[in-house]
Amino acid sequence: MLYDSVFVFPNFEVERDYDKCIVCKACVQQCTFDATYYLPYRARVVSKDTNCVGCRRCEAICPTGAIKIRRYQGEFKDNAYWTPRDLKDLYKQAEQGGVILTGGGNDRPYPVYWDHILLDACQVTNPSIDPLREPMELRTYLGRKPDRVEIRYNEDGEPELKTQIVPNLVAEVPVIFAPMSYGALNLNMHRAEAAAAKAMGTYWNTGEGGLHRELYPYGDHTIVQVASGRFGVHAEYLQVSAAMEIKIGQGAKPGIGGHLPGGKVDEEISKTRMIPVGSDALSPAPHHDIYSIEDLRQLIYALKEATNYEKPVSVKIAAVHNVAAIASGIARAGADIIVLDGFRGGTGASPAIVRDNVGIPIEMALAAVDQRLRDEGIRNWVSIIAAGGIRNSGDVIKAVALGADAVYIGTAALLAVGCTLCHKCYTGKCAWGITTNDPYIAKRLNPEIAAERLTNLLKAWAHEMKEMLGLMGINAIESLRGNRLRLRAVGLSREEMEILGVLPAGA
Amino acid sequence: MSWYRKISGCGLSGIISRKRQLIPGEEIIKSIVHQEERGNQLGAGFAGYGIYPQFPDCYALHVMYDHEFSKEETEEYIRNKFHVEHFEDIPTRRTPAIKDRPILFRYFVKPLSVHGETMVPDDFVMETVMEINEKIDGAFVFSSGKNMGAFKGVGGPAEIAEFFRIDEYSAHQWIAHTRFPTNTPGWWGGAHPFTLLDWAVVHNGEISSYGINRRYLEMFGYRCTLMTDTEVVAYLVDLLVRRHGLPLRIAAYALAAPFWKDIDRMEERGQELLTAMRMVYGSALLNGPFAVLVAWNGGMMGLNDRIKLRPLVAAVHGDRVYMASEESAIRAVCPRPDKVWAPKAGEPVIVPFDDSSDAWEVKGCQSL
Repeated sequence: MLYDSVFVFPNFEVERDYDKCIVCKACVQQCTFDATYYLPYRARVVSKDTNCVGCRRCEAICPTGAIKIRRYQGEFKDNAYWTPRDLKDLYKQAEQGGVILTGGGNDRPYPVYWDHILLDACQVTNPSIDPLREPMELRTYLGRKPDRVEIRYNEDGEPELKTQIVPNLVAEVPVIFAPMSYGALNLNMHRAEAAAAKAMGTYWNTGEGGLHRELYPYGDHTIVQVASGRFGVHAEYLQVSAAMEIKIGQGAKPGIGGHLPGGKVDEEISKTRMIPVGSDALSPAPHHDIYSIEDLRQLIYALKEATNYEKPVSVKIAAVHNVAAIASGIARAGADIIVLDGFRGGTGASPAIVRDNVGIPIEMALAAVDQRLRDEGIRNWVSIIAAGGIRNSGDVIKAVALGADAVYIGTAALLAVGCTLCHKCYTGKCAWGITTNDPYIAKRLNPEIAAERLTNLLKAWAHEMKEMLGLMGINAIESLRGNRLRLRAVGLSREEMEILGVLPAGA
Repeated sequence: MSWYRKISGCGLSGIISRKRQLIPGEEIIKSIVHQEERGNQLGAGFAGYGIYPQFPDCYALHVMYDHEFSKEETEEYIRNKFHVEHFEDIPTRRTPAIKDRPILFRYFVKPLSVHGETMVPDDFVMETVMEINEKIDGAFVFSSGKNMGAFKGVGGPAEIAEFFRIDEYSAHQWIAHTRFPTNTPGWWGGAHPFTLLDWAVVHNGEISSYGINRRYLEMFGYRCTLMTDTEVVAYLVDLLVRRHGLPLRIAAYALAAPFWKDIDRMEERGQELLTAMRMVYGSALLNGPFAVLVAWNGGMMGLNDRIKLRPLVAAVHGDRVYMASEESAIRAVCPRPDKVWAPKAGEPVIVPFDDSSDAWEVKGCQSL
């Protein structure tokens, strides 16, 4: 029997070239997981491989390139069924009797439908449009629209709008920063998201941890979340926002609430969330005032009442099997926007078993919801935001063609500021300074530079999206929205294509 | 899921007399035939308005059948729902170039009010057309308006005109089309014009937004069964103008929406209205290259896509207005027009008859 199993089988090994190492100890100072330390009596920097999480901070910071992080070379006996991950997790649980936590999104090899969908392009019969020479429009209105427009004539006999349209969000790029709470992320990351959203004419989402007062000036570009824990929810919070979002579920962990380990709750977070310093912030699995669709309706209208019907209300749900019927109910309950969060969506902290085994792909959920709302003739009532694993502008374009009005990006935004997907967000030790609240480590994330990188990312994606629209001969994104005829499937079953509403390549 | 055929490189022509003087069929034939280069003899068609003065209040259903069975089934269906005032073979001539012709019939009908239903007659007819086209195998209603009729088929414009004896009709206005199908050679139902009620549309171009235009229309009960992208134009105009009650000029702002950069520079009234139009009718935007002529009992509209990727020329001579893909097609029948111009991208040319005074087609015609 093993008495120290977790430490016997590391995931990574830190390979040092001692010819190159100048013993500057930068790696020691940078490693937040204590995988690297200095041995004075040998005058050497050495590693404790079992502590290494593979975040590669040391490798990136090493001035002489002396460090390489490698996957651990030692192998278990080949087994096509029991993977090394299964073994290690099992040893860990046998030892400690706990739930295995993780951060980030589902990394298991489930099918990626984006990669089975290809885009159409124009040839001969239909000229493609050059976005460098012709206008190309990405502006997107998010919110409830009436079924028709009515006009009337003013005294001069000129037509003017008669229909009252309820407030909508307007995004110049249909890409919005996903809900990631203050607490899960530090304030620097929130500062960066807010500034980038403003610069690009889009929005960012607070997540369920409230909005730090310092960021109230960015309210016009802020979607504030109201989750089951109601952390940081008060009248002013709602009033400064551009829109409010009721978080029912999260793609990474459908059916369970948020988790913020007490270790991450410092003074500022405590003030913003309105909870004591150091207390675990575990939001309940359901909203305890929403046990049914009619209860949801009450909360939607409570929020609208509280803000004088001046802001759209969004409802975010995890993509689950019955998502189409649920979405229809949400549209009828009065929501202006529905956010669908697929199973690849990230999390700051979740039981790994839930993240890895629950939910459905966003591609399927999105296609099913868009079709259902059309079948019921109510697609105009709500906008759909697709979330959960959007990796690049190609995914965005495909999501739009499947029926999304806009997308959320969470993981992609973190990557833009240095995340390397080590999935240790829940530890509070993020060496890149993104998900840690340790003020010393959080300084590694410079909010101005991070904002610039986020802005760059959205600019790059916007350029690419315009290129893709242009090659399809389309110059306004609404002509692609739900236009599944411009998509073709490769390597999918008939049933999968039917759900996606996409023809096979060659047809 | 069904598929669609792409169409490209077509020619179109339209003539309207604003005083409702009768224009002989020869004129439109001459104009469309002049654009021979733009077709490949695989589809052509005509629509004339005011051609059935003997049945002004009847919906004239033009139906093509693949076989006798579909005819029997359709006629039974029609008789159950309509009072048939008159029906007959659509008069045709034996024309050597026209082969594999379908069975062609026309019915002049009035809806029966079944069990006191309060449905608007137009909606009733629209539903019947959709129903027949979708459900009855081998039957297609290709014209369903009052006092107007569409004639179309596989062949060149000269042959189709000869076949349907277009020269024997006179109309207040005509539109015509010659087709260059780029995919499977023509099917009779796939030729232009596409019609619904008294809307008739001829189209040159390809609608890149077809997939969403179609899904949008399906929400309102339209079913796209004709396997081509043009039919969505007819249905969108029907939805926006007849059912949503928008003036045609405003509806055109949905079909060929102004760019945001231009809307943002407008004064408040225009900005508010056009922003609302784009928000609500984004799925009705026709994207991709097109020039269309839309005709109805009150007049004619010519419209280009928002960046004018297909030709359209307009001309005025006396009370007549001409629109065609090429100026030569106009000059062929009107050598010295008073004025000739190329309409701007997305700027519709709306030509109502002089007697349609305060109707929606005139109101709001001016640009914002």
